[in-house]
Amino acid sequence: MIYLATHLDRVGALIGQHVFLVGVSLAVALLIALPLGVVAARNPRAAAVVLGVTGALYTIPSLALLALLVAALGLGQLTAIVALVVYAQMILVRGIVAGLQGVDPALVDSARGLGLTARQTLLRVEFPVALPVVLGGVRVAAVSLVALATVAAWIHAGGLGELLFEGISTDNPQKIFAGALAAAVLAVAADLSLRAAERAVRT
Amino acid sequence: MRYPNAAVAAVHDVDLTIAAGEFAVLLGPSGCGKSTLLRTINRLVEPTAGTVLIDGADVRERDATELRRGIGYVIQAVGLFPHYTVADNVAVVPRLLGWDDARVQRRVDELLGLIRLDPARYRDRKPRELSGGEAQRVGVARALAAQPRVLLMDEPFAAVDAIVRASLQDEIARVHRELGTTIVFVTHDVDEALRLADRVVVMNAGRVVQAAPPEEILEHPADDFVRDLVGVDAETRRLALERPLVERS
Repeated sequence: MIYLATHLDRVGALIGQHVFLVGVSLAVALLIALPLGVVAARNPRAAAVVLGVTGALYTIPSLALLALLVAALGLGQLTAIVALVVYAQMILVRGIVAGLQGVDPALVDSARGLGLTARQTLLRVEFPVALPVVLGGVRVAAVSLVALATVAAWIHAGGLGELLFEGISTDNPQKIFAGALAAAVLAVAADLSLRAAERAVRT
Repeated sequence: MRYPNAAVAAVHDVDLTIAAGEFAVLLGPSGCGKSTLLRTINRLVEPTAGTVLIDGADVRERDATELRRGIGYVIQAVGLFPHYTVADNVAVVPRLLGWDDARVQRRVDELLGLIRLDPARYRDRKPRELSGGEAQRVGVARALAAQPRVLLMDEPFAAVDAIVRASLQDEIARVHRELGTTIVFVTHDVDEALRLADRVVVMNAGRVVQAAPPEEILEHPADDFVRDLVGVDAETRRLALERPLVERS
């Protein structure tokens, strides 16, 4: 607690970097996962490919993926964000596919029968109805990324991992404790706020 | 009409004309093609051969979504949008057609009145707060919202209990009389068909076996299939037809 109490500024700045890494990664990951999920939910063959590839990427150990990406993109934030985006894909795509496939086919049939276009049916009926499940995926992805983002410090991308790596190399348990505590609080905060969002969008 | 990868056509050799304002009921066992035939009318199913004409115009000449906005559609599972209120559900097609808010609100209240749900009590409810019978009434109101000249109903009352079904049947018969909408109604329930129809269209294995008013179906079934379908109760059913529909309730 001593390090945390005397270095609140630094810990605060690192929390800010951490939130930035996770937030940007999650946003970019969603932009990619949404179209992938929609295509996969509609087409079983595409689903096999998309879920197979994202699942395979997810099984790569995070340090190995970072090492590979550093070789291609160099050190820094961008590389870390790319890695986090890759990891989030499988969780997000699965949530989107499960959410869309869980929509009662009768809703889609009545929407089309009333004269909504395919796009209107997706945006006004399928997405809103699937939203709680999709947000469940976002929540699991966010919590995972908060944990994974600690490794980003290893490639000079900042974040709370800095405290963990410094603590290990300088044998300073106070630093490790401060970093671990802050990361845990972030993960719990992400979990609780996204749970609240899920409840709010449930019909 | 043949579905992809299907060995036999779901519906074939159908030559059927439904008059404006008619209440036509497609009757037959599961898998006989009655729903498929119904869905060719609003192009949810595209025939592999043949044409569907409304007012003499081929439905395929028109944009499918624009066509559907002019045709009411009610299904067994109702399909009310769970995240919309009753009023917003009923307002779906008017809003798609770009009606202004005041006109939409007036129309919603008018329709809830038509299906006998007090607008003040029901307007802001969510579908999950409705009984099965109330939900299907709202389904009917939603289908009628933009004053379609044709209303398609696919087993609309099959999922509710017998008492509610009877009252929904009375309602739709009354709505039909009041609005003069052409109704094409699919059912496998012989009694329902005989009660509601101006003309019963009996289907079997993708073909129309007989299309005639209820009395004629009962008195002169076209073949053994129709005879078996209306069954040994034909005489009782004929007598039931003499009882006026709406005064029951």
